Amino acid sequence: MSGQKKVQVTPRNLKLLVQERIYNPQLRKNLSRATSTTLAKRADVVADFTQWEEMRSAASEIKDGVIANLDTYLEQFEENAVSAGATVHWAADAQAAQSIVYQILRDCDAKLVVKSKSMTTEEIRLGHFLEEQGIEAVETDLGEYIVQLAGELPSHITAPALHKSREEIGELFAKKLGIDRTNDPEALTAIARDVLREKFLQADAGISGVNFAVADSGTICIVENEGNGRLSTALPKTHIAVMGIEKLLPDMQSLTLFLQLLARSSTGQRITSYTSLIRGPKAKDDLDGPEDLHIIILDNGRTDILEDDDLRESLNCIRCGACLNTCPVYQTIGGHSYGTQYSGPIGAVISPSLLGVEEAGKMPYASSLCGACAEICPVQIDLHHLLLHQRRKYIERQGGNPAERLLFRLWMMTMKHAALYSVSGLLGRLAGTIFGGSNRTLPVPGWSKSREFPAPAPKSFKQLWKEHGSER
Amino acid sequence: MKVSLFVPCLTDQFFPQSGMNMVRVLERLGVEVEYLDSQTCCGQPAFNTGYHDEARVLAEKYIRLFDSSDADYIVAPSGSCTTMVNIAYGKLLSIPEDLQPALEALQRKTFEFSAFIVDVLKQNDVGAEFAGKVTIHDSCHALRELHIKQQPRELLRHVKGIELIEMQHAETCCGFGGTFAVKHADISTEMVDRKIAEIHSAGVEYVTGVDSSCLMQIEGRLRRLNSTVKTLHIADILAGDA
Repeated sequence: MSGQKKVQVTPRNLKLLVQERIYNPQLRKNLSRATSTTLAKRADVVADFTQWEEMRSAASEIKDGVIANLDTYLEQFEENAVSAGATVHWAADAQAAQSIVYQILRDCDAKLVVKSKSMTTEEIRLGHFLEEQGIEAVETDLGEYIVQLAGELPSHITAPALHKSREEIGELFAKKLGIDRTNDPEALTAIARDVLREKFLQADAGISGVNFAVADSGTICIVENEGNGRLSTALPKTHIAVMGIEKLLPDMQSLTLFLQLLARSSTGQRITSYTSLIRGPKAKDDLDGPEDLHIIILDNGRTDILEDDDLRESLNCIRCGACLNTCPVYQTIGGHSYGTQYSGPIGAVISPSLLGVEEAGKMPYASSLCGACAEICPVQIDLHHLLLHQRRKYIERQGGNPAERLLFRLWMMTMKHAALYSVSGLLGRLAGTIFGGSNRTLPVPGWSKSREFPAPAPKSFKQLWKEHGSER
Repeated sequence: MKVSLFVPCLTDQFFPQSGMNMVRVLERLGVEVEYLDSQTCCGQPAFNTGYHDEARVLAEKYIRLFDSSDADYIVAPSGSCTTMVNIAYGKLLSIPEDLQPALEALQRKTFEFSAFIVDVLKQNDVGAEFAGKVTIHDSCHALRELHIKQQPRELLRHVKGIELIEMQHAETCCGFGGTFAVKHADISTEMVDRKIAEIHSAGVEYVTGVDSSCLMQIEGRLRRLNSTVKTLHIADILAGDA
């Protein structure tokens, strides 16, 4: 496509967004390199364990237990977090969460905020919102910093700038930061570090996500590889952590299991470089740490998922991104084609619930249902089956495309009666004879542009079976 | 031992020879074969697209029909349609309560063709001959839902004259995915192109598998690209007269 008219980034435009990207050879190269490298690293470190499958089952059970008793665990977490000195806020939706953050920042007169990588804050478009309020919010994770500079959404849950090559990043930095062009990753990282170091020192507040919230101690855990998460949460006077209601784990013992699963599944590491456990703000005798710790617990559609027996297990997700890496569709189209923050199989499962069927109901159709996602998921979410549930819900709520519905109706009526089915088979064979030509191909809309579609065989199995019977 | 054939609509209409080859192999192994000729479709296309009401009508019809058979087993030349009956019916597609016992009985005795020979009949040599270089594509439903991986390979390895060559990424989806292949034809085609690149790298003359639907996708693209590589259902090779 020429790129003259920009397609609006929303899951409703998925097909158009795919069109813009699928034939971009550079993007395909970036996607293929990034996903295959990560998958290979993952396979190496997963091989550490002969009991990997048992670890997945154990994690799945722990999460099932937490999600089934979420109210209790949330109360326990709040109680322990508050007794450790944190302030806990509850946000029903994105707007409520934005307002809470704004209020806190206004109370501490914040002008500059440093953010560590967080999909939940991406979900509520917090950076965008703060910018509108005149508060500078700088992304400090390198990948997030890159997509912020580019004015893009993250294209992957754990690797936001996975779609970009080092050359493209070099070009972006030169353009946006007014520096000499370089493609050297170390030089680029050093430039970002220089810019960000100043921001860390000046920032009035730090905003982070939460990887795990431990109920029995009120601890939040943040994992990362650049140290920016630790700086964002420890240097500024105020730390705001935003988490979905599903982030809970019962205790520290279960955290050790999840840390092993998360690092291996997401980046193919045995453990991430930085694992921060934060329990309350700076205590009296502490040398550093924030004076205030605010934890915002966000619903934003999650209780709808909780109420849905079929979809509930999608709340077990620990946002490792492995299902994206292994998904042949994601590998082909990249995260931006989905038109929303959460892409790939897990994105297609949860987005219709988070954004509404109107907005994201078609996302679950962008899957061949191959099940590679469910196979790799460290908490054993049946992702491809959940995609099927979301398709059913879409048809139930939207009725589907009228022509398609009619087609399936007619098809069903035909298939219901063996005689009608046989007649339609005869008609198909007739069409094959008339239109099939010598290469026995039928034109099928959607299919035939790139592939041949076979004409029905001269005799059906039913007929061949009858002849076979008379031979015996 | 009596086997009732579950011949998917795709096999019935487009690849009936593969169905008949399955019959030949089963009869060669001494199995009595029946075919209930009022069977049509298991409902998978509607189910996968989200039209559960339409799919359920066909599921009920299927359950009632096969429940009427006294066969010991039900065998299908498709991992995908076997998955529909064994995994989707009842669990992902709700089925009326009164059909539940019949369904459970059917699910215990329904098998994909290659798995039936290896796991139930305990055979790995069906006495077939086939001259040619062959690679096998793992169909997603057979592989990930039914855990069928070694069974077709074991059968192929025992075919006289065959040269079985594994391609890279045999387990990666071919991009068919039912209505996905039409709804998202661009993505589907890019996916099959990657599969075909692996097939060509393997330097084979034939691609085989346990599902005609994946093979139809691969064949459709191979033909459009004027490739000399041919697709064959595993029953076509095991019948030894391909």
